[in-house]
Amino acid sequence: MIEKQYKQITFTLNGKQVSTSVDVRESLADMLRREFGLTSVKKGCEVGECGACTVLINGDVFASCIFLAIWADGKDVMTVEGLVDTDGHIADIQQAFIDEAAVQCGFCTPGFIMSAERLLRTGKRYTRDELRKELSGNMCRCTGYHNIINAVEKAMNARLEAAGKQPV
Amino acid sequence: MYDINHIYEANSVEEAIQRRIEQPQALIISGGSDILIGIRAGKLAGCDLISLYMIDELRGVSLDEDGTIRIGSLTSFASVTKSPVIQKYVNVLGEAADKVGGPQIRNIGTIGGNTCNGVTSADTASTLMAYDAIIELTGAEGKRLVPIEKFYLGAKKTDIRADEIQTAVLIRPESYRGYHGYYYKYAMRSAMDIATSGCSVNVRLSEDKKRIEDARICYGVAGPIPLRTRSAEQAAYGQPVSRDTVEAFAAGALKDVNPRTSWRATKEFRIQIQGELARRCLTEAINRAGGIWA
Repeated sequence: MIEKQYKQITFTLNGKQVSTSVDVRESLADMLRREFGLTSVKKGCEVGECGACTVLINGDVFASCIFLAIWADGKDVMTVEGLVDTDGHIADIQQAFIDEAAVQCGFCTPGFIMSAERLLRTGKRYTRDELRKELSGNMCRCTGYHNIINAVEKAMNARLEAAGKQPV
Repeated sequence: MYDINHIYEANSVEEAIQRRIEQPQALIISGGSDILIGIRAGKLAGCDLISLYMIDELRGVSLDEDGTIRIGSLTSFASVTKSPVIQKYVNVLGEAADKVGGPQIRNIGTIGGNTCNGVTSADTASTLMAYDAIIELTGAEGKRLVPIEKFYLGAKKTDIRADEIQTAVLIRPESYRGYHGYYYKYAMRSAMDIATSGCSVNVRLSEDKKRIEDARICYGVAGPIPLRTRSAEQAAYGQPVSRDTVEAFAAGALKDVNPRTSWRATKEFRIQIQGELARRCLTEAINRAGGIWA
């Protein structure tokens, strides 16, 4: 019988500092769902191919299913739950997915939202081809991607406009 | 939950070497985009791991005083692509790193892992070999430098000794100054796919841009390890920038490639692709070098 191995880790989760003891064999996706109840983090392929488990770590996109939980120590992790403001309002990118009917079964949506959020935070203007490339690590088996690209483009244009930049 | 027996974490190179000596059975994990998948598939289930992921001193790209480009082994593909040093001096390496997987994989996968796993299809490996990169290994006795061609011993086998880890990939100034290159990844999809074959070429032209002074070509998936095709290079040395030279170069490459049939593609298909890759990569490398065609 193998002796279980735990590690105490401290990290920032959706803006708050948290500390927990984690089984060293656990993925970040498992820990976020089990320990913190963050079920926006979807487990799809569990081999880093589908993007449903995408979270931001220090502002970059990562597949949390192939990221060991112990590696989150000292990092800044953000999930879809962290996008909701203090009054419970959803973010512009989430609203854009609703407005553009970019959701069908919804399983891939949180991963797409996090990949899109990373792009929106750069403040850059992306062409549709660039958006496709930047979202290429997220798979959707329902929508055919068209409405997803529309939604991201819409949120991007709104943010650029708010920042006083010319929309596409 | 991954089926891992024990994880030994290293926070410094010294600690990693110590772990290597103490736990000779343990596998090295850097980003994990191969190892964790292997564990999940059962192939590596129950293994011991030495985790290098938290060793931040092994991240980043810098330029040494003598012009050597030093890429820390834990540098992610995305960081390679974004590095101003890479963009300025060996942009083809940044372009090759940008062909790996998708954005999420490019943030976790490392250049060290991409070479240490000894895989022929690795997108950065062929370009590093076309640049005559040097692998820096650090062990109990100190550092050891190995030319990348010698670093590959066979499929999935690389020259890492029992007390060593790979600490950097180096590119010497004489390997990149005056050279221009191009990498082509041939795959079924433009993202989240492994190369059916890949080809990286770099060339140095004469001052009048009409003659090829030096050319290097390396393939992925033309053999069990990344493969330099010397017959192609010899066909290009000193030759005029012309269609005939491009054809001789491709013919030379086909003398040396030895792909196999796999579920991804047949040997015959890969040979067909590899001739064309030599043509396209040399042509584009020449164009990037400002070549004047005869």
